[in-house]
Parts: sequence; C-alpha cells; structure tokens
Amino acid sequence: MSSTSIEYTKKDLPSNVTKLGAALVVIGLVITILAYFIDHTRSAFNNLILLMFLSSVGVGSLFLVVIEYLGGAVWSVPFRRISEFFGAVLLILPIIAIPVYFNLHDLFHWTHIESVAGDKLLEEKSPYLNEMFFTIRVLAYFLIWIMFYLVITRNSRKQDVSGDQKLTKKNIRYSAIFIPVFAITLTFASIDWLMSLEPHWFSTIFGIYYFSGTVLTALAIATFAIVSLNEKGLLVKGITKDHYYSLGALMFAFTNFWAYIAFSQYLLIWYANLPEETFWFLARWEGSWMYFSIGLIIVRFLVPYIGLLSQPSKMNPKRLKIMSVWILFAHIYDLYWLIMPTYSKDGIVFGWIEFGFPLLAGGILILVFNMRAKNQNLVPIGDPKLKRGLNFRL
Amino acid sequence: MSDKVLFSYTGIFDKVDDIIHAAEKVADAGYTKYDVNTPYPVHGMDGAMKLKPSKLGYAALVFGLSGLLAALLTMYWMVVADYPIVIGGKPFFAFPAFVPIIFEVTVLAASIGTVMTMLFLFFKFPNNKHPLHDTDYMKHVSSDKYGISIQADDPAFNENEVKSFLESIGAQEITPIYFEENEYGYSAKIFEPKFIGFLIITAFLVSGATYFSLNKLMFMTPFNWMMEQGKAVPQEYNEIFANARSMQQPVKGTISRGNLPYEFKGKPEEAERVLLNPLQLNEKNLTMGKANFNIYCSPCHGYFGEGDSRMRGQFPNPPSLHSEKARNWSDGRIYHIISDGQNIMPSYSSQLTRQERWATVLYIRALQRSLNAKESDLK
Repeated sequence: MSSTSIEYTKKDLPSNVTKLGAALVVIGLVITILAYFIDHTRSAFNNLILLMFLSSVGVGSLFLVVIEYLGGAVWSVPFRRISEFFGAVLLILPIIAIPVYFNLHDLFHWTHIESVAGDKLLEEKSPYLNEMFFTIRVLAYFLIWIMFYLVITRNSRKQDVSGDQKLTKKNIRYSAIFIPVFAITLTFASIDWLMSLEPHWFSTIFGIYYFSGTVLTALAIATFAIVSLNEKGLLVKGITKDHYYSLGALMFAFTNFWAYIAFSQYLLIWYANLPEETFWFLARWEGSWMYFSIGLIIVRFLVPYIGLLSQPSKMNPKRLKIMSVWILFAHIYDLYWLIMPTYSKDGIVFGWIEFGFPLLAGGILILVFNMRAKNQNLVPIGDPKLKRGLNFRL
Repeated sequence: MSDKVLFSYTGIFDKVDDIIHAAEKVADAGYTKYDVNTPYPVHGMDGAMKLKPSKLGYAALVFGLSGLLAALLTMYWMVVADYPIVIGGKPFFAFPAFVPIIFEVTVLAASIGTVMTMLFLFFKFPNNKHPLHDTDYMKHVSSDKYGISIQADDPAFNENEVKSFLESIGAQEITPIYFEENEYGYSAKIFEPKFIGFLIITAFLVSGATYFSLNKLMFMTPFNWMMEQGKAVPQEYNEIFANARSMQQPVKGTISRGNLPYEFKGKPEEAERVLLNPLQLNEKNLTMGKANFNIYCSPCHGYFGEGDSRMRGQFPNPPSLHSEKARNWSDGRIYHIISDGQNIMPSYSSQLTRQERWATVLYIRALQRSLNAKESDLK
C-alpha cells in the first residue's frame, strides 16, 4: 500500500477540456457584452457576482496553499498545485473588476454625492465610503493578493527543479505574513464590494460570512479538479481514499461553518430587532425573495450536509464531484442572494443575463487552469513532503 | 494452568500497514471471532476486517433526534403552552431563539447516548473485566504496537493451526491468553457488603467534609480573614461606646433626607386655616394627581371618589368625597387627612411625597367639580 517511489510523468490535459473552456468563454463573453448593451445596470450587478465568485476561487485557493505551508500539512501536498493553478485567477481579477469599477454609480448608492449629502449616516461614513479611498483600497487588495500569489507559487515552481528545502521554509515565512493580511483584506473586500451595496446596513460578522463561502468554494473547485484528474491518471500515483476523505470532510466542515456563521448573523439581528439592521433581512423576505431565502438554507446547507454526512460518501469519487459542483453553484446562489435584492427589490429576476455570467466564470476557470497546467507539473515533485503526503493514511 | 481456559491466541505487529494486511488475511482465512487492537483508531480497518458498517450510527441518530425533540418540546411547553411569557417582544414560539439550545441538546444527547450505548452493548457496561486486561499483549497494543487476537470460541479455531497461521502472516510474540472461568463470568452485585460499605463510607466522608468546611474551617485562620474585618458590625458588642452598641441611635431630631415630618400632626383645624396648595392647576400636576389617586385612594374611595370601590362591604364603607362636608373643606384640610389620616384611614405620608399629596388634592377637587359643576363651568 505504501508507495516508496514517486511515479509522476507529465501528461497533457485532454484537449477537449480546453475546447470546452474556450467555448464557454466565447459564449459567456457574447452574452455578457450583449447584456451590457441591453440592460446596463443589471449587467453591472451580475458582473459583481462574477467578480466576487472569482475572488473567492482565487484568494480562497491561495489561502488553502498558505494554510498548508503554515500548518505543515503533508496530506494535501500531492495536489497543492491544483489550488495554486486556481489561484492564478487572481491575475485576471482586475480585468473582471474593470466593468464593475466603471459602473460604480449603478451599483453603489453611496457614490452619489447628492444623496450622501443630507443623509446623516452616509455623511458620517463618507470618510471611508468615498470613491477615492474605495479605489485605493481595491487596488491594494489586488496588489497584495497578486504579490503573495506570485511569490509563493514562484518558490513552489522553483522547487520542482531544485528540490531545495529552504524554499519551503521561505514560503512558510511568507505564509505567516499572508494570514493576517488575508484576514484584513478579505474582510474589507467583502465590506467594500458586498456590504456597502446597502450603505446604511452593517453586520460585524460579514467578513467571516464571505470567508466561509470563499474557503468552501476553493475547496470545492480543488476537489472537483483533483478527483477528475486523478480518475484520468493525470496526477501522481498514490492518491487514495484517505485523501478523498479529508477533502470531503473539509467541505462538510465548512458547510457547517457557513451555516453556523449565517445563522449567528441572522439570530443576533433578529433578536436585537433594530431597524438599522433588520431591513436588510426584510428586503430578502420581500415577495419572491422569501422563497429564495428559504432556498438558500436548502441549497447551501441541507443538500451538502446530507450529501456529505456519511463516511462512505466522503470517499466516493462520484459523490464528491457532484457535491463540489453543487457547492460552487451554492456559492453563486449565495452571492446572488447577497447582491441582487439591491437591484431588484420586488422579487427575483432571472434570465439569460444571469445565465451568461456563471458560464463565463466556468470558462475562465477552465482556461486559467489549463494554461497553468500546460507549462507546469501538476504535482510539486520537488517538495520534500510529497512522499509523506502520498503515504498519508487517516 | 489446568483451571484456566484458553481465551485466544495473540500476535503483535510493528507497522500499521502490516496489521491491515494481517487483518485482511485473517478475515480471508474464515475466522469470524477475532479482534484487532491498536493504540489509536486505524481508518480502513473495518474494511480490512470485512466488518459490516457499524450500526452505532443509528443509535446516534435516534439519540440525536430525541434530544432535538426533547429540547424543542420542553421549551414549547414552558414558554408557549404552560406559561406563555413575552420575552423581548418576540412571539411566544420564537424559533430562532430556540435553535442554539436545540442544537446543544441534540449534540449532547447524541454523543452521550452513543457512548453509553457502545459501553452497554459491546462491553456489557457494569462489567469491567476482559481476559485481555493486564496482559503483556494489552500493554503493547495500548502504547506502541498493533495486535491481533483470534478467539478460542471461533468455530474454525484449532490451537496449532492458529499458531502456525499467525506465524505465517508475520506476527511476533505469539502468545496464548488464558482466563479463569469464575472470574470472567463475574458481575458486580449491588447489595454486596463491600459495595454498601463503600457507599456508607463515602456518604460519611462527604457529609463530614461538608460539615467541617462550612462550620469549622470557615472560622479558622486564614479562612476567616474575609469575616474578621476592622469595622463595626451592626448588632455586635462594641467596647468603644458606653452603651456597648456598635450601631448608635441617631441624634434626637434627625430626619431622613428629603422627608420633612408633617408639622400639623393632630391639628386639623390649624391645617385647614394655614395650609395653601402650592401647586398650579395644570395638566402635569393633574396627571400626577390622577395617577396617585388611582393607586392609593381608589381602592377605598373608588375611581370617581364616590366611595363605591371594590372594597365596599368588606370594610366600614369609606365616605364619598362628594359630600357637602368634603366639598366645603379647604385644600389644606384634605391635605391634612392624606398626611395624617382620619378615623380608619391611615396616613399616606410615607407613600406620597408632599408634592404628590398636593397634586392628589388637585385631582380630588377636579373630581368634586365634575359632579357638582356650576353653570359658569360650562363656558
């Protein structure tokens, strides 16, 4: 059972996957560009969902890589590259953010100077919520995330050739710096992009709420890629059910974590019953949004909870693939729930526009992953922990 | 050895992979009554031993669901059905507030219930004996080695075969385990003198320790430091003062702050002559007066001062405040009656401040006027 030698030969990914990715991107781009001409505001809101989803994948994957270094984890080493590849989404995030940035006035109420004037609360918040400072902050998030991504993955890549253990140590040091930076930037990014959609509203747990979804998304997309690639034999030999089980257990754990955080946020606001806070939930109980809110509990918590509850289900490749795709869908569902009630107050809107943006997201993720996978090993073959990672047993 | 019975043959392995392979081979060889002992849970062992999925999960489910229902129904019974109580302006059935408690009780019931089920079903709980206890084999497998034990009551058990079989799969230190029949069948009896004696001694020890710590220990140095403080304690002997009291009487004529004594005690005529209502007739004062009247006066005099209160018939009937006599009294006289009492009516000076008494007088005047309005009031 224990493998003593690392059997890895680099193979190209099946070309039809790349074709699928390219097709999705083309269809997605056509729809989104068309959407921008037809319904400008609605497209901007959808673009924000796209941005927040890809941010989750990018920065969440980077977080998984970092947490592996920091915790000295060995079990995840054989497929750390997968998360590194998905982290590359960070590089194109600024491009996704451009359409959002040029439609700030459609999205954010606080960008209208004339409505801020005379609104006591917004006036008090204006030293933070103004376009200048917002731009600086957003640029800072992108810069920090991309910088850490480049540094950490470069060291990881170098190790493939040299096998130098010092590179691991260096990365551990960068990781230790990244964790507090990550906590702060992710919290403020979620406040800036999501919470400030309702500038009068505030929730102190909001950063953690977005964090829980972010980690879940990164885990789900990594799990999907790992299981699919491993089934085709494109990864290193020796990834077993024990690895699968750990991935499944983490997804299960973070599903519960999300429910815990989401319920904590709801319970406190419901209990205190302050008009400054409750209106945010009331807006999500308006008209057909009510069914959507109830659906959130089912989609985001109950289905993954039941789907991953039993021990065999966490090891079953088919179940893992289904559940990870489901969780990715649930994250988009969650973001839609967070963002769209600001656009459409009376009820749910869903049409071809809402359909196009997730297609684009899927295409982008596939293309980014394949581009990275073309020139790099899918396994960190120089990592000193790789052998132990393959020998990992629960 | 003759009085001892063979329980099993045991073998020790060094590596976790070895024990998994060994378990697979033992299962393949057709043995059913055997066990694997490891210092920590080895995942995948159930598969290697070809065990069916454990049914303990169902126990957890049942206990968890009963914990869930118990918590939900208890809270429902307490704050919705039996004694509905408004908490924080929420509905009686405030489900979100119930969720944390339901969650905690579910987890508690599921975990304790599962562990207890396991102990009772698999280890026959009050029994704490097992042939493997206190053997060298157990010493190894509970710290640094992995072991397998094939039991003698297995239908396929044959002493020599098992010995050579264990050798063939690479086990070390193959040893037989024996047990004494009478010891293995042992079960603890509740009325055993030893156990009763243990209970009695425990009871004496606990109550003795409680008595000693509460009645003796607390008054010994250093545990009495909190009580022995350099200050005069009320009701205690004090040698500083001539009358030996630590709590001295106040100086004669002392009054409590903001509480001037009523100076016309027992002098109604003088009060009627001298006292004037210092309060203005305005809405604020009337409201204050009405509130006090309804609290303190209405139980006897009635809400409209007609002496028709709910107390009627249980006491000497209180007089109406609308009598000729009462109407002709000055404000000062009514104030005096409130302050000093009259006949069976006690003094209300401790319940009502001076200002409140005067406000009540204003309200009584308004009540009197309401039944005996003059023509000029119609304007």
